[in-house]
Amino acid sequence: MHELSICGSIADIVARRAAGRRVTKIHVQIGQLRQIVPDTLVYCWSMVSAETQFDGAELVVDRVPARIRCRDCEETTEVGDIPLLVCTACNGISVSVVSGEEFMVTSMDLAEV
Amino acid sequence: MGRFHRHDDGTEHEHDHAHDHDQGHDHGGDQASAAALGDHTGYATGGERIQVLERIFGENDRTAAQNRADFAANGICSINMMSSPGAGKTTLLRETLARIAGTVRTGVIEGDIETSLDADRLAGFGAAITLVNTGNGFGGECHLDAPMVRSALPRLPLADLDLVVIENVGNLVCPAEFDVGEYARAMVYSITEGEEKPLKYPVMFRSAQLVLINKIDLLPHLDYDLDAFRSNLRVVNPGVKTIEVSARTGEGVDTWCDWLQAQLTSFRPQAATV
Repeated sequence: MHELSICGSIADIVARRAAGRRVTKIHVQIGQLRQIVPDTLVYCWSMVSAETQFDGAELVVDRVPARIRCRDCEETTEVGDIPLLVCTACNGISVSVVSGEEFMVTSMDLAEV
Repeated sequence: MGRFHRHDDGTEHEHDHAHDHDQGHDHGGDQASAAALGDHTGYATGGERIQVLERIFGENDRTAAQNRADFAANGICSINMMSSPGAGKTTLLRETLARIAGTVRTGVIEGDIETSLDADRLAGFGAAITLVNTGNGFGGECHLDAPMVRSALPRLPLADLDLVVIENVGNLVCPAEFDVGEYARAMVYSITEGEEKPLKYPVMFRSAQLVLINKIDLLPHLDYDLDAFRSNLRVVNPGVKTIEVSARTGEGVDTWCDWLQAQLTSFRPQAATV
């Protein structure tokens, strides 16, 4: 379970960007090809943030489905629940990942000063 | 007034301003549209939304880049060895050191949650071995990250090494996410784990440049379909190199050592340009 230590990294980013203002929501993007469990991350965040300056700041997760582009047929397709890197249009395996590797803090909501 | 809504993926959140989502919005965008995701700045909420767009692994990756630069400056090729617990990393590494430690100046960074048991098994071959206990996390970190590897570097005689093998914590999930500054990733998979592992842990299998198929000596004794495993591997990491090995009998270990030598060779021109 690495979600706990990842929450430490999120807290570092948020602290730096919030610069002392109260944070109400933190928007995080997680790509499907990341080995990060959103529910676990949210749970760990509630533990890590409790009784800190971020107590009550909600972690909002946007999941990004994995999409691949086939070099053979040039189709861009979404992979299924198991991220097989096989073109669903032509079964080609010469594919590149278009999306699904995201893992970032996209934005955050700050309370009125 | 709060509006509670649930997205298709099961996440839910509350909007403390009045608008509805009847028109549906795309949460599946690419990097370019990241800034626009969930952007509700057009609504007066009293607060303020600020754009961050910061990669969460940014700090780890910066440290990994420093590790990589330090390895390169010392002419060291570094290999991150990953596997599930009990796949045979340490036994294979023992066999490897027995074959190459005389000719390749080797260091080992041994990641282990609590004990020095694995490090002890690697002693006596002339390799420089340092242990990183990851036990000070919450119940023990399940992986090595770049700062942990960085903390181990001063304990290795970097100027006198050609190869550093980073033996990661046995785990098929977490280590895949953390760049530690390695040149290449080798994964040790053992056939006792079953054919379907690549489908269950695609991120790990996808991240490796080499997959060692260990415990191959047990093949006659198991209901194991090697072709099924290979086809499962192929769909998550097309074209990845594999070597069948048995750390116990020594089968394939020379081929693995040849692969390591090839990494040393391919690494050198790259290091020279750093």
